[in-house]
Amino acid sequence: MTSTVVIDKAAPTRKVKYGSMSRDRTWALRWSYFFLTLFAAFSLLPPLYMLITSLKSSAEISAATNPWWVFHPTLSNYIELLTSNQFLRFFWNSAWVSIIVVTITMLISVPAAFALARMKFWGSATLATGVFLTYLVPDTLLFLPLFKMFAAFGDWTGIQLINRWYVLLILYPTLTVPFCTWIMIGYFASIPKELDEAAIIDGASWFQTLTRIFIPVALPGLIAATIFAFTVSWAQFLYPLVFTTSTDQLVMPVGIITTLIKGDVFAWGQIMTGALLGAAPPLIIYAFLMDYYIAGLTAGATKG
Amino acid sequence: MADVTLRKVVKRYDEVEAVRGIDLDIADHEFVVLVGPSGCGKSTTLRMIAGLEDISDGDIMIGGDVVNDVPPKDRDIAMVFQNYALYPHMTVAENMSFGLRLKRYPKAEIKSRVDEAARMLDIVELVDRKPKQLSGGQRQRVAMGRAIVRNPKVFLFDEPLSNLDAKLRVQMRIEIKKVHQKVRTTTVYVTHDQVEAMTLADRVVVMNHGRIEQIGTPNELYHKPATKFVASFIGSPAMNFIPCRLEDLAGKLHVRLTDRIAFPLPPARAARYQGVPRTSPRPNSMQSRAWRPSIRCSMSPSRWEWRR
Repeated sequence: MTSTVVIDKAAPTRKVKYGSMSRDRTWALRWSYFFLTLFAAFSLLPPLYMLITSLKSSAEISAATNPWWVFHPTLSNYIELLTSNQFLRFFWNSAWVSIIVVTITMLISVPAAFALARMKFWGSATLATGVFLTYLVPDTLLFLPLFKMFAAFGDWTGIQLINRWYVLLILYPTLTVPFCTWIMIGYFASIPKELDEAAIIDGASWFQTLTRIFIPVALPGLIAATIFAFTVSWAQFLYPLVFTTSTDQLVMPVGIITTLIKGDVFAWGQIMTGALLGAAPPLIIYAFLMDYYIAGLTAGATKG
Repeated sequence: MADVTLRKVVKRYDEVEAVRGIDLDIADHEFVVLVGPSGCGKSTTLRMIAGLEDISDGDIMIGGDVVNDVPPKDRDIAMVFQNYALYPHMTVAENMSFGLRLKRYPKAEIKSRVDEAARMLDIVELVDRKPKQLSGGQRQRVAMGRAIVRNPKVFLFDEPLSNLDAKLRVQMRIEIKKVHQKVRTTTVYVTHDQVEAMTLADRVVVMNHGRIEQIGTPNELYHKPATKFVASFIGSPAMNFIPCRLEDLAGKLHVRLTDRIAFPLPPARAARYQGVPRTSPRPNSMQSRAWRPSIRCSMSPSRWEWRR
């Protein structure tokens, strides 16, 4: 084969774009701002609507005026809700359940993750995958068998757990423990092996290595896991709806729905107020721990 | 302080034998360097002495006691890692004193030991800093300080200088040697860098494929390598290997390199070299006179390596 180099003098020459790097960057920025604004509006409009509605009287809510404007702002919804014993009851139930669940979750998942990530025992890798698979089973599939189990447990032992708020302390960890363990495994695995070897040579036991080296070093991951566990237990709806029925046992998400919707009468003002107040604690926690949370998320992302 | 003895030590990973039965006697106060190419089993050997790896077979003794099943913390050893392995959330002083604090030493004792080590390593002004505020060389000093304050029987170094730049490496090498001369603790040092091995060691252990090729002083290794591997591994530039045969020319033994090049052996040494197939002159022991019809090599036979 003969190879010839053909130079086509008439071929159009490509125009060189100078400074295209900065132009690309400008466009990238414009698009990102466009989509950021879009998504911000998308996710912020509902809370805004909740806020607007919570400041209206029932009469104004049902009146055919502009729904995005408050003509006669009133705090009556807030006053009514915060002075009713029920709402405070729900709030405290939620708070207690969440705090205890977070504690239980951390007490289980941190040592579990440490063991799975560092103590190479027979089957530890399989077990770690198993933990993650548990997390993939949705609660909507689990609640029926769980209910039957608790009912059977009540029949056998006479210990009635259904319709007690503390049943949630057993239920929520089934959601939080696998995920938090998984996050912490990823985080612990990113800590160099030499660090625990140095600690072991320095004379630390496994427990001391965990408490004095791993937990301080993996604090961002720990905080991310804590926030996750708190959010899950604070926002959980299905389990409390199924397992608790008496008004004094309800947590907030369920409490608001069951007490403020009476038949076909919706107390919209109070529902919105309750939802808004209910969203406050996670929001406050996020605001304080945002940096840690992001650090924790990215650490989890880069690791298997 | 103590001597360290390895008897037929074997490390097996499933199918692979990483260390294939090595014997090694390290005397009290001695500075021994394990050197060899990557994967030769030197780090594994060190980690077995530390107790970080189980021994598949054989015995390891520290100070006369068999420590095969003794956990690392009870072997009274200290280890310096390649990546320093400093605790990132602790200050330099806390890093150095961690081991002592775990053993519940009195506070005054801890302080005096940390101060002494910091002075020895010239890091007094750094004791309140966190590791991330330190340079690589400073971190390595802290890692050494952490080993020194423990006052252990044995120091173990696992390629401690590999993460440092060339200049700092030379400087830290001197530092390590100085510290050893001061504290006189038995030291086992692993490196793949033969220059480190030759400059630091009282005795060098050359390893290859999980076996010890030779144990000896740097001089012995250089001038009297026991195997071809040692001869090729030690020395820079590397040793040349030239195939040759021995010839009897007019009653005198000659080494014939090519048809045109041959040179006589001193009669006094001739008997040693019967049947030798190869000569290996060190490059720096050769002189060439290129304008002459043949290359004349001036070599002293003691510098040759012969392999049977």
